[in-house]
Amino acid sequence: MEALSSLGDGFIVALSVQNLLLAAIGCLLGTIIGALPGLGPSNGVAILIPLAFSLGLGATPALILLTSVYYGAMYGGRISSILLNIPGDEPAMMTCLDGYPMARAGRAGEALAISGIASFVGAFFATWGLVFLAPQLVDVALLFGPAEYFALFALAFATIGGVAASNQMKSLLATGFGLLIAMVGVDQQTGVTRFSFNNVHFYDGIDFLVVIVGLFALSEVFIFLEHRSGGGMDTHSVPLGRTTVTKKDLVDTTPAMARSTVVGFIAGVLPGAGASLGSFLAYTLEKKVSDKNKTFGKGDPRGVAAPEAGNNAAAGGALVPMLALGVPGSGTTAVLLSLLLALNITPGPLLFQQNPDVVWGLIAALFIANIMLLALNLPLIKLFVKVLQVPTRYLMPAVAMISFVGVYGISGSTFDLLVMIAFGVIGWLFRKLDIPLVPIILGVLLGKLMEANLRRELTISDGDWWALIDSPLAIGIWLFAVAGFVAPIVLGRFFRVKEKQPFDGETLDTD
Amino acid sequence: MLRTDRIVGGLAILVAVFFIWRTTLIEIPFISDPLGPKTFPVIICVVLALAGLGIMLKPDAEPHWPKASGFIEVGIGIVVFIAYAELLPVLGFIIATCIAGGILAWRLGAPPVQAAIAGIGIALGIYAVFHLALGLTLAVGPLGF
Repeated sequence: MEALSSLGDGFIVALSVQNLLLAAIGCLLGTIIGALPGLGPSNGVAILIPLAFSLGLGATPALILLTSVYYGAMYGGRISSILLNIPGDEPAMMTCLDGYPMARAGRAGEALAISGIASFVGAFFATWGLVFLAPQLVDVALLFGPAEYFALFALAFATIGGVAASNQMKSLLATGFGLLIAMVGVDQQTGVTRFSFNNVHFYDGIDFLVVIVGLFALSEVFIFLEHRSGGGMDTHSVPLGRTTVTKKDLVDTTPAMARSTVVGFIAGVLPGAGASLGSFLAYTLEKKVSDKNKTFGKGDPRGVAAPEAGNNAAAGGALVPMLALGVPGSGTTAVLLSLLLALNITPGPLLFQQNPDVVWGLIAALFIANIMLLALNLPLIKLFVKVLQVPTRYLMPAVAMISFVGVYGISGSTFDLLVMIAFGVIGWLFRKLDIPLVPIILGVLLGKLMEANLRRELTISDGDWWALIDSPLAIGIWLFAVAGFVAPIVLGRFFRVKEKQPFDGETLDTD
Repeated sequence: MLRTDRIVGGLAILVAVFFIWRTTLIEIPFISDPLGPKTFPVIICVVLALAGLGIMLKPDAEPHWPKASGFIEVGIGIVVFIAYAELLPVLGFIIATCIAGGILAWRLGAPPVQAAIAGIGIALGIYAVFHLALGLTLAVGPLGF
């Protein structure tokens, strides 16, 4: 097995002292970020990327740190779901349904333990899925020409827009807006500047890291300012109980975990779906299969295990298209993609050939992070509960200041800070207007690549547009793209995850 | 009835038209690929305009706009951030962050004294972790920090 020997090499990379330390820090930070309502995986990772970049970490260590944060946040989200009935981040929404009733019944500790184990199972097997599926996908992707890549980008936009947004037109607007931002600056092929309005700062284009931190991190601060909500979480009213799992519960929940891992992984691999859909589908399926005594929604351990296994499996699955194709499947993987691009690494099939140490080191680090998370989570649960009590009036200013430090660290430019503030305001407005932010990020990240592929194809075909749908592969991808965009409209609200967040109606549609 | 979404859609169309006009001003150099630097931006603008049209024709329900006080809080936040960005290279990281962090904590509901302490704590905390421990370069002020 070639994949296994590559993975072995990856472990050699990941097991250095520095990388292990980074993984541990990432896991701890990630769990805290995930647990705190208002900070989720995508804005947590967004704040940390400029920092990792300005600290001058190498590609592999930086990726290990941030994917540990990503996996950690997936674990952390469940804590406030169970204790407070407020999801720490969007994928943890479904965990509220049975987690909170368990906590009300005095079984909070057990619910946390079961969901911790379910998170481990989901993430562990999804990482194995990544090991075997990603190289297969790479083999297919190596056949891709510019036309196929162009279609693939369209597919990513279509499915993210189709599945993630409540209004497809608004997601289309966000996509257009993001792509337009990517067009600012010098055109790589001809050297002319576009949309720079004679401002020197725009000649290099708008830095995507600045856009991401503004849209994801600062907009969150504005939401808190608007509501003047600076209180902490009252976790005193919920007794933890014992934080172990009975053998019976473990046996009972095993089939739920197995099914949910598969469902979640598939949901994660599909572009645009991500962890929220993974946990939603996992819970829905589990309820259909095993809710014989109508115990779901009243504190059934299987109702806690299913969504947690599902969202962690989806988190692993979402890394497959990001690494193998360079096309992210969710908001957070889009943010991770920006890290790769900032480090001048082009993800996609060539990454596996040119930088196998980066890919396999990262995958090995995911295994290590996952074991660390399981080890951290059960004994340190009391610490994480304490963190929830930090009032947001002290937390949010710190988040804002760290965002500034990170962006200032990249360039030392006041202009970039002002651009970040502008995007913070735009992000706040768009969230009010229910316009999703992930398509903007995707547009900013992929815009130049998408254009380059289009122009390359038309150069080859000497201007013949039909060349874009010349191969069966390209036609297939286009069909998927159209289906991904249209199907949710036709199927109506079936896929929509009903959201329950601290502030109604202005959630960050990301995971 | 005028809904917010109709304005949003209209604005999107205006932006699209504006950028199509800006695109026509791009001078194509002597040597260019068949497609050139203009076509893709125009395609994007068309997509943007279509999205705007779609939103105008089928607007969502009204968003939950904050009360006037909410807008004022956000406005204060924007002013604090802009002032912070401008003053960072002048005052240096620690002083600027003490002030900005303190004001933000105060606006989020901390009593003035606690807010001031929070500002100082945040500034020193970030300085210790990111500058002293991790070696990140922060803005230097007249006092050397």
